[in-house]
Amino acid sequence: MWGRLRREYFSQDEGPVSEETKTGAAMRRSVSPQGLASRPGPRLERRMNIYRFDFQGAALEALPSGALHWAEAGLLCVSDLHLCKSERMARRGGELLPPYDTRDTLARLDQDIAQTGAKIVVCLGDSFDDPWAAASLDEGDRLWLARLQAGRRWVWIEGNHDPGALGLGGEYRASLSEGPLIFRHIACERGDPGEVSGHYHPKARISARGKTMTRACFLTDGVRLMLPAYGTYTGGLSWTDPALRKLFGPAAQAFLTGPKIYAVPVPAG
Amino acid sequence: MELPAAITGWFDRRGWTIHPHQQAMLDRSGDPALLLIAPTGGGKTMAGFLPTLAELADEPRPGLHTLYVSPLKALAADIRRNLSSPIEEAGLPIRVEDRTGDTSQTQKKRQRADPPHILLTTPESLALLLSYEDAHLTFAGLQRVVVDEIHALAESKRGDQLMLALARLQSVVPGLRRVGLSATVEDPGAIAQFLARHPDPCEILHADPGPEPDIAMLPTKAAPPWGGGGGVYAIPEVLAEVKRHKTTLIFHNTRAQAEIYFHNLWLQNDESLPIGIHHGSLAREQRARVEGAMVAGELKAIVCTGSLDLGIDWGDVDLVIQVGAPKNVKRLVQRIGRANHRYNAPSKALLVPANRFEIVECVAALEAVKARSLDGDPRPQGPKDVLCQHILIAASAGPVEPDALYAEMTSAGAYARLERADFDACLDMVATGGYALRAYDRWQRLKEQGDGTWALRDPRAAQKIRMNIGTIQDTDTLKVRLKNRMGGRPLGEVEEAFAATLTKGDTFLIGGQVVRYEGLREMTVEVTRNADKPPKIATFMGTKFATSTQLTGRILDMFRDRDWAGLPAHTASWLDLQARVSKLPVRDRLLIESFPDMGREYTCVYGFAGRNAMQTLGLLVTQRMDRMDLAPIGFVSTDYAVLIWSLERLKDPAPLFAEENLREDFETWLTGNAVMKRTFKAVANVAGMLDRRTMGQTKSGRQATFSSDILYDTLLKYDPDHLLMKITREEALRGLVDFGRIEEMLDRTKGRVDHMVLDRVTPLSAPLFLEPGRVPVQGGAAERILAEETARLLAEAGLS
Repeated sequence: MWGRLRREYFSQDEGPVSEETKTGAAMRRSVSPQGLASRPGPRLERRMNIYRFDFQGAALEALPSGALHWAEAGLLCVSDLHLCKSERMARRGGELLPPYDTRDTLARLDQDIAQTGAKIVVCLGDSFDDPWAAASLDEGDRLWLARLQAGRRWVWIEGNHDPGALGLGGEYRASLSEGPLIFRHIACERGDPGEVSGHYHPKARISARGKTMTRACFLTDGVRLMLPAYGTYTGGLSWTDPALRKLFGPAAQAFLTGPKIYAVPVPAG
Repeated sequence: MELPAAITGWFDRRGWTIHPHQQAMLDRSGDPALLLIAPTGGGKTMAGFLPTLAELADEPRPGLHTLYVSPLKALAADIRRNLSSPIEEAGLPIRVEDRTGDTSQTQKKRQRADPPHILLTTPESLALLLSYEDAHLTFAGLQRVVVDEIHALAESKRGDQLMLALARLQSVVPGLRRVGLSATVEDPGAIAQFLARHPDPCEILHADPGPEPDIAMLPTKAAPPWGGGGGVYAIPEVLAEVKRHKTTLIFHNTRAQAEIYFHNLWLQNDESLPIGIHHGSLAREQRARVEGAMVAGELKAIVCTGSLDLGIDWGDVDLVIQVGAPKNVKRLVQRIGRANHRYNAPSKALLVPANRFEIVECVAALEAVKARSLDGDPRPQGPKDVLCQHILIAASAGPVEPDALYAEMTSAGAYARLERADFDACLDMVATGGYALRAYDRWQRLKEQGDGTWALRDPRAAQKIRMNIGTIQDTDTLKVRLKNRMGGRPLGEVEEAFAATLTKGDTFLIGGQVVRYEGLREMTVEVTRNADKPPKIATFMGTKFATSTQLTGRILDMFRDRDWAGLPAHTASWLDLQARVSKLPVRDRLLIESFPDMGREYTCVYGFAGRNAMQTLGLLVTQRMDRMDLAPIGFVSTDYAVLIWSLERLKDPAPLFAEENLREDFETWLTGNAVMKRTFKAVANVAGMLDRRTMGQTKSGRQATFSSDILYDTLLKYDPDHLLMKITREEALRGLVDFGRIEEMLDRTKGRVDHMVLDRVTPLSAPLFLEPGRVPVQGGAAERILAEETARLLAEAGLS
């Protein structure tokens, strides 16, 4: 029951003070926003750190940032961006968190788009923390998003946080079918083969030699695939949580995001 | 002031006479501020309350008269019981109630409308009271505030919060008189300044300190081991002393050590002497049972930690045993005071050094106690995160006027030198977030009204602010329970990180028993007694103290003078051998030894800067050694030295300890450090920028919440000069990082390095080889472990 172990604001490493452990999230955030002008052409080959796997006949790549790349289709998929989360919390009378989450998430997305040269970008739902948040996007970020959308197909899948159209460019859909894959926000109980979903923010936790490492992760059992949350201000749900267990078969695998992607079987019990 | 007849009658019936310091407190009861320094058992609390009893006996009147604040909830309840006997027996018309986190909601509500004459509370409960709009009504007519154990409060943010609260109270009732009750401290003047309204004077009254304590090292048959802690070698002698005395308190420096010692004590306790254990990680029920048994005189001894340092008159303690180096003379003296709560009887204490080096420290501590020379660091300025929280508390009670609030805050001693600009920055952060990117203009928490006052934008926010009041940080711990159908008996708590390393069947020590880990259920560690393996040691947060500057200084002076008078022969000859083959470290020089052993090169740095600073020094020096291609592999640190092992020999240590180099490395290292992230979380909680999460809220919305580390990283990247980052830095420097002690070391050695190159391990460095807590140096450790663990998991699953 590792799922019970995580606590709010405590989801990350709690190793000995002297041993700094970088988490997947921290690594992902180490991307700098400078020099990210989109350069055309697939440049992925230069990056050693991707994890290639076959899913329902599609040759997919898990990127260390938590994005999914389908080279053959020129498709990049990211889930749970939760843009403008800090704004929403402030609006609702909550904490006044550092208001830099949107630009940080966009910077990473910018880099992934530039590096993959994707022609289709699918945002798998919960792209904004709520429908009003999209309206609060500041002018600079709005332009940045428009620039990313220019010259490529952009699909917003609706999520529970952001149902309906948000008044930004791109298509709005409940789900999207592309070849053998079907993209939707929340995994269906019945388990369509080839389903790619988000929503749960799956996260792996590995303890060894007195050190505990927590990383956002992809989950798959070959029938469905779940993406980690991509947004900067996102937490996670343990890979062994009952809610996730009941969605995946017994031989589920996790791909851990971070400086290097590791494929690990999801532990039993 | 004369005592009313009712009270003198009560004294007479008991056959008591009033102590001189109690009379002095009565005589000066009109003073705006008064500090009483008295040893434990000196009738300190009665001295604090006598003026209140006298005033209310003379002039009964409704409403709150005296507010009593103590750091412990238990103390408030205890005082209520103690006050009830004079009040009832003398027939005084006085109502006494306590108000803590344990008080019921109905009771609390009633207390606000109809306060008792004497209200006993804690700093947090007082802050909460002040956050209500009717606070001025509750406290109208308040005459006196009594702050108990003020020496303990003055060492933490809780004290700063309390003093800001008193400043606020004083605005409501300008005639408020303040009284502080303190144990023996090194600088009473500093405590007086802390207590009094700035710049009011504060008279300091000293009670008779009582006779010299009877304190010595416990002679043992076996010599202490060369390294490690625990003091297990002395158990036969300790048991003999326990038998000889009525009640013995056996103090340990850490909870883990207390657990191990207790376990070993019972293995040798052939006569089954009733001995209990008490520390902060044990379940409240467990602790209460031990406390009860102790007051009832059913226990011969209690193995304990700092959890018994404060308060509560503990039955008939006639011996205190300190196991392990005392680390700090002031705390040792306060602990010794636990033995014999009867006034004018000498306290009796025995020291049990855990290893050879600690013998030296114990001797130094004995001399310091004899010389009545206490140690302590000057109080830093009041921390700004507490100030931020106070602004929010004030705003919850009603609109605040910045000029008035600033004036009020600077009347607290700790904030007397607060710059207006710093105050404004705090107000800005509380109101708008204080970010370089002005994002929350519409959603400010506090808004300026037309009349220059600031008020909550949304009054409902007050509820949330109240839930976050306080400066005590909950460590991330999980409860431990015995597993059974009924839910199980609570045993205590372990750190979450420790729990994460357990797998079913693992065993660990808690509350003196070895238990078997069965699993986790709803944030609770479930265990059984079916333990069949030697225990892992539970790690407990607790506080890990560094040896004080005074004690390390005394040791260095002993080395300079070759004064082995108080030392056993084995220790004296060990130090003589060190002097022959190498050198003894002295105060104004930095001794560094280099020698090979088992194919590795060792460097031992005798910095004598306390464990936290030595740990930091180890991290910094190995970093630079890595850049010098000396291939450092790891290091271990103690209060006195850091021992580094590397593949290459260090030829010239001087550049390693050049002040500018150390400082530069430190700056880079600090920002990425886990200590900073941990500190950031605490600071953000206190400053009200991050809500404190409660267990109940944890279960919902799991995906929606994320680590505070992410916020730290985000600020570091986009807004590194944010006020929270500045506060975090100030805090980290003082606490675990303790760079201040490194600077103190550099200052006293001034680049005078003695580098001894030798061909083998030296006598003084040998114990370090036995020290636990080795730190590996390679930066990519986490990645390597993850890669190996992945391979193992894959192999296990038959996938490789």
